[in-house]
Amino acid sequence: MNPTKIVLFLASLVVILITAGMVYSLTSGAIPVFREFGLGFITSAEWDPTEGREVYGALPFIAGTLLTSLIAIVLCFPLAFSTSLFIGEYYRDTKIASIAGTMVDMLAGIPSIVYGLWGFYVLRPLIVSFGWSAQGFSIFTAGVILAIMIIPYATSITTEIIKMVSNDLKEAAYSLGATRREVIFNVIIPNARSGIFTSFVLAFGRALGETMAVTMLIGNSNVIPKGIFQSGNTMASVIANQFGEADGLKLSALVAIGLLLFVITGIINGIGKLIIKKYSV
Amino acid sequence: MKKLASNHKHTNPLLRKRLSKDRVFAGGVILFSAITISPIVLIIYKLISKGYKQINFDFFSKKAPDTYEAMVAVNSGEVIPGGILNGITGTLYMVFIASVMAIPVGLLIGIFLYEQKTKRYAGIVRDIVDILQGVPSIVLGLIAYFWVVKNITNGFSALAGSTALAIMMLPLIIRSTEETLKMIPDTVKEAGFALGVPYHKIILRVLIPSGFSGLATGILLAISRVIGETAPLMLTALGSMEVNFDMTKPTSAVPLLIWDFYNDPNMVDLIWSSSLFLMMIVLLLNLVSKQLIAKRS
Repeated sequence: MNPTKIVLFLASLVVILITAGMVYSLTSGAIPVFREFGLGFITSAEWDPTEGREVYGALPFIAGTLLTSLIAIVLCFPLAFSTSLFIGEYYRDTKIASIAGTMVDMLAGIPSIVYGLWGFYVLRPLIVSFGWSAQGFSIFTAGVILAIMIIPYATSITTEIIKMVSNDLKEAAYSLGATRREVIFNVIIPNARSGIFTSFVLAFGRALGETMAVTMLIGNSNVIPKGIFQSGNTMASVIANQFGEADGLKLSALVAIGLLLFVITGIINGIGKLIIKKYSV
Repeated sequence: MKKLASNHKHTNPLLRKRLSKDRVFAGGVILFSAITISPIVLIIYKLISKGYKQINFDFFSKKAPDTYEAMVAVNSGEVIPGGILNGITGTLYMVFIASVMAIPVGLLIGIFLYEQKTKRYAGIVRDIVDILQGVPSIVLGLIAYFWVVKNITNGFSALAGSTALAIMMLPLIIRSTEETLKMIPDTVKEAGFALGVPYHKIILRVLIPSGFSGLATGILLAISRVIGETAPLMLTALGSMEVNFDMTKPTSAVPLLIWDFYNDPNMVDLIWSSSLFLMMIVLLLNLVSKQLIAKRS
């Protein structure tokens, strides 16, 4: 065999080794806590690191992660979808569309911690002034900042998909006297449905793992939130928050949360990829 | 087409209803689009208006002040002394090491996937690359903690931070390399083969030069992705008050400094200038890579 091909093949093993090593390290790190609490680790809502009566349950963080990400996707959908229509349909290939596209892309370039700061100093006081939450730290606040953070990802894919809908179909509808709104709802959306769905699935996957901005806004309490204006914690934020003082069983609990996060984001991204594969042929 | 329809006065009530629905919907789209782009304007405005005062020569040439120096300055109403030199050097140093780790391997794997396009094994590798790209950065921080902090440097270190960043960069570089090479016409490569050029020379002398701007764009975008990362560095590089170039010692980075400033009431004024600086770097990298793309096409 050609030596160059061997080098290339060996390089490809690196990626497999890293991923396999990741699964191995996370699993072996998580074993102590699963041995102690079994599956109760996932279903228990109690998190108490006090020495002597340590109890670890990940349910509050799983709930917090799903809630913040759901709020994010619900808020993101109308905004990102409208922006995609703006860029890919209403003002397609115009100067204003490219400016809007660039500005949306810029959102993706802002570091998570900067979103956190902006959320803390601008968004949080707003939530307080509405009287929704006394301190402004809440599941909802984190969800809003997540929505802004995932907008560029949802928008860029959705725009591409909308642009791909064939012009013939649209023109056929116009020639029958359809208005633009009718073309959007009866031609573009039905044709682009799976692609649009995928782009929001992938954006949801992004929201699940976001750490810093959420940590700064969610209030960091280790209980299942009773409402969206209560404080909470996500899987990512609890790792960032409690890692500093963690060892022994607590470290294992945090690693187990990392493993769960790895699995959940893997599944969500996998679903997204499957849909793309199924419909792109 | 749309103009024509809406300029006429229609008497048919059904048509009027359809047209007004159309206009309301278009208005909604424009309104929501305006809402979507407003955060970027608001964020940049906030960073500039609050941050520009602190940006001076010292900001780039001095390390971060301690909390006492900052308190004295704040109490006497002066600009906080010192800068973020330890953060800038730390970021450059860790991103450099991460690049050294990720770029060669990433290019090789990208070339591998391009060469093996349809093979089953390449498909599996591609799926794994996708999985890797979706892993949250905080999880990569945990991994680098176990691999490097616990086993190699026996303590928080720049190397651990770089490892986390390198794993983040890897899938981005692999995908962009593959996509770039796909766009090079096969005939270019075949011309080389026809002349009897050995395979490694085709890669080095044909594929890489003809895809250079695309490869460079991918690398720059990967760097711009990791340069603002905070969470994985908290678990690995930890941060330091000194300028440090020792791979095995804790090291600061601009985002880590922002986190420290945010948590210290005396230094909180420094967050805006540091964030402004960090965001400018990221946007600059994005701009340069966009220029590269524009040049290519």
